Amino acid sequence: MTKKSQVIEREEVVIRFSGDSGDGMQLTGTLFSDTAALFGNDLSTFPDYPAEIRAPQGTVGGVSGFQVHLGRSEINTPGDHADVLVAMNPAAIKANARWIKPGGTIIFDRDNFTEKNIEKAGYVKDPVAEEKLESYNIIAAPVTSMVKEALKDFGLDPKSVLRTKNMFALGMVYWMFDRKLKYTEQYFEKKFANKPGIAEANKVALRAGYYYAETIEALSPVIRIEPAQIAKGTYRNITGNTATAWGFIAAAEKAGLNLFVGSYPITPATGILEELAARKDLGVKSFQAEDEIAGICTALGASFAGNLAVTSTSGPGLALKSEAIGLAVMAELPVVIVDVQRGGPSTGLPTKTEQADLMQALFGRNGESPVVVIAASTPSDCFDFAFEAAKIALERMTPVLFLTDGYLANGSEPWKIPKMEDLPEIKPPYADRNEKPYLPYKRDCETLARYWAIPGTPGLEHRIGGLEKTMKGTVSYIPENHEQMVRFRAEKVEKAADVIPDLRVTGKESGDLLLVGWGGSSGYGMTAVKELQTEGYKVSFARLNYINPLPKNVREVFGKFKRIAVAELNLGQMAGYLRMKFGEFNYYQINKVQGLPFTVKEIKDKCKIILEGR
Amino acid sequence: MEELHTYQYTPKDFKSDQEVRWCPGCGDHAVLNSVQKALSELGIPKEKFAFISGIGCSSRFPYYMDTYGFHGIHGRAAAIATGVKTANPGLSVWNITGDGDALAIGGNHFIHAIRRNIDINIILFNNEIYGLTKGQYSPTSNKGLVTKTSPYGTVEEPFSVGELVIGAKGRFFARTFDGNVSLSTEIYIEAAKHKGTSVVEVLQNCVIFNDGIHNEVLGKDFRDDRTIILKHGGPMIFGKGNDKGLILDGLKLKVVKIGDNGVKEKDLLIHDACEINPGIQYMLANMRYPDYPVALGVIRNVPGNTYENDVEEQIKAIREKSNIKCMDDLLMSGSTWEVE
Repeated sequence: MTKKSQVIEREEVVIRFSGDSGDGMQLTGTLFSDTAALFGNDLSTFPDYPAEIRAPQGTVGGVSGFQVHLGRSEINTPGDHADVLVAMNPAAIKANARWIKPGGTIIFDRDNFTEKNIEKAGYVKDPVAEEKLESYNIIAAPVTSMVKEALKDFGLDPKSVLRTKNMFALGMVYWMFDRKLKYTEQYFEKKFANKPGIAEANKVALRAGYYYAETIEALSPVIRIEPAQIAKGTYRNITGNTATAWGFIAAAEKAGLNLFVGSYPITPATGILEELAARKDLGVKSFQAEDEIAGICTALGASFAGNLAVTSTSGPGLALKSEAIGLAVMAELPVVIVDVQRGGPSTGLPTKTEQADLMQALFGRNGESPVVVIAASTPSDCFDFAFEAAKIALERMTPVLFLTDGYLANGSEPWKIPKMEDLPEIKPPYADRNEKPYLPYKRDCETLARYWAIPGTPGLEHRIGGLEKTMKGTVSYIPENHEQMVRFRAEKVEKAADVIPDLRVTGKESGDLLLVGWGGSSGYGMTAVKELQTEGYKVSFARLNYINPLPKNVREVFGKFKRIAVAELNLGQMAGYLRMKFGEFNYYQINKVQGLPFTVKEIKDKCKIILEGR
Repeated sequence: MEELHTYQYTPKDFKSDQEVRWCPGCGDHAVLNSVQKALSELGIPKEKFAFISGIGCSSRFPYYMDTYGFHGIHGRAAAIATGVKTANPGLSVWNITGDGDALAIGGNHFIHAIRRNIDINIILFNNEIYGLTKGQYSPTSNKGLVTKTSPYGTVEEPFSVGELVIGAKGRFFARTFDGNVSLSTEIYIEAAKHKGTSVVEVLQNCVIFNDGIHNEVLGKDFRDDRTIILKHGGPMIFGKGNDKGLILDGLKLKVVKIGDNGVKEKDLLIHDACEINPGIQYMLANMRYPDYPVALGVIRNVPGNTYENDVEEQIKAIREKSNIKCMDDLLMSGSTWEVE
């Protein structure tokens, strides 16, 4: 298709698309990622967008970004700094200047760098000069005028023409990284099957960008990233929210149960409800509740009635659900509560990521109210852990709190598609119809789970509720009974440790430092540790996905290292929890609360300080 | 209705082994009896009943019923019941609640359940007081009521249950009082038969904290003159000697005495509970003594589509159309690629 004077191969590259929230940057980034994934690269993405749907045009507050990190080997983070920044306006430069690698490439739409827009972004005259970016590979492309020219004979209204600017930019990036346009073209043919004019306009803009980049030799040499060596199989791209939704559908199918989701829309968790609402073909009953409380209460009703019941939310919603989670603890009903964590407290930073709901998840209820807490750590393992959360809830008759975060929810990565036959069975402890009388709080000796009697079953009529009760379900204020029941409920949750896998260490099983990570930030810790290992440091990494109960071998694993550090996007909640559980160890903390993920460099630098005893 | 009566029950079959712990003389005892009687006459297998409650005196109800039961948290019973019915539409779901539980802390769930028209039966015990917390005013307490939290009288306007139900697009509203077991039983049966959210307001007496609150209307000596029992298709007639009735005077209801000014029984309004336009029903639900008799009986009963049924229908329709029949199909749908 093109004559390429020079092509070099690289291990990895980070590209950031950035523009106004109306510029279509999320789509642009997604199309680029899909093309890379289809080509066989491993990748990780990070969409970063403002809470306002359309913040004032041209302002820094309205900048929407999408970063993708692709490589020919395993990629665990969306990358610290971008090799290439696509900036559709001056504000995008303002928002991202510090995230570009020194000497990197910046493509911007020269036509959009008007006096007014430059001023709106907070610059005086020349963004490049004012940010001291002159030594970078600056490509001031006349994107707007080029698409106007390319589409002048299409008879489109000016707005529709301008909407293809992002495709022009995407075409340029495709050329720079030696990518094919086919997948993106097919996307438009399908998406605008009924509007062939629009489909064609986007394709023309895409090609115009591609050839423009070629003409000006936008990057010399062109960079090629060969496919990654990854396990054989069928792959797809998946975001954390979709993976979460699918994990529950898979669990319901495995358990032979109907899936019910009761949720209230909340950023960044809404995608889970949306995906489940779309799955009527698999019988999912989705209920958009009047509020967060009704979300979980309908789920509890559905659970009582014999469904696999889930509710999805984010931090403020979890706060509202607290009382009902306590009811689930007391009534001992299976339910999964998903908390897609975001910046807090209160409304906080709705579209930004954080891991500061850990204490709320563990302890945010009245009374002795333990629940199982599980956290996912990559977009695709949201599927595995959602499935696991449902399995534990159903088999152990307990609420399970499943933690993801904004970064996982919207981020995506290639995922080797599992087969349903390879997933484990799910067998809830159903009450025996022939064993009479049915005692609602009689327990399985091994798991301490009570038996589930589904309304509609003759002879198993019973009452449950939020008051303390005896094994028979009779309300009881007897002091010894209360203590016994409190202990039973706690022990039941503890016993889930019998079925959770041991904590594994990446690297040697002993050394100078064990870096502990959990949740969405653990990919950064893992990458940092791998780089430190290459540099000769005796560092290993351990990722906690099962938080309550913790794996049984945690003490043993921790004991083999001279130092332990915990990296998390909060002020030290996991470190505090570990101090409570294993007080014999000293824990260093690596914390960040900026609504942003870590950078690998930040973690590495902190680890070095800890290792050098500074 | 013959074919429904394949299950033979007596009210006793619905009594649980739990000791009933309401105060002696509490109106709740009579409500329990009426509900047990109604259930025994419905011809629905016992295991199909689920009683869901919130918090408050009335919300202890499920413990006394030998059916499936779930004693929830304050105000949330309508949401829990919605989940039960949506998940398992074959159940007969009853939501037991009070004026505080349903209209204060649970107001949101109450109106939204009604709006969705989910097929649950809500029995709202209205004693115009918080009993379980020992005597504070409720959202239905009359303005001026002196209670522990309103020692100088409340300065709040009360909710009228019927007005709220109709305002929330409710299709079934009935009113009864604790002491009238036969009227109550009849109403509960009607509520159960109605497809959609049924709300039954029970004027209930709290002997301890608000004793006699409904006596001005329900006192034995003048009850017939101060209440009207509405029957669908029957004339709006009341009074000890069936000597009074309601007519429409302009845009308002008017109490008339039969015989006065030539008014005959055939001049009285005929009650139409099935009329979709709630105008007259709204006025009936809002009648207050001394200007009007208080309306009892089924005031509004309009059939309509139910939420849970529409959910099932939608799932059925989408299932027929979609190529995705199981999880493996979904996993392999859309853009995928092979790594070899």
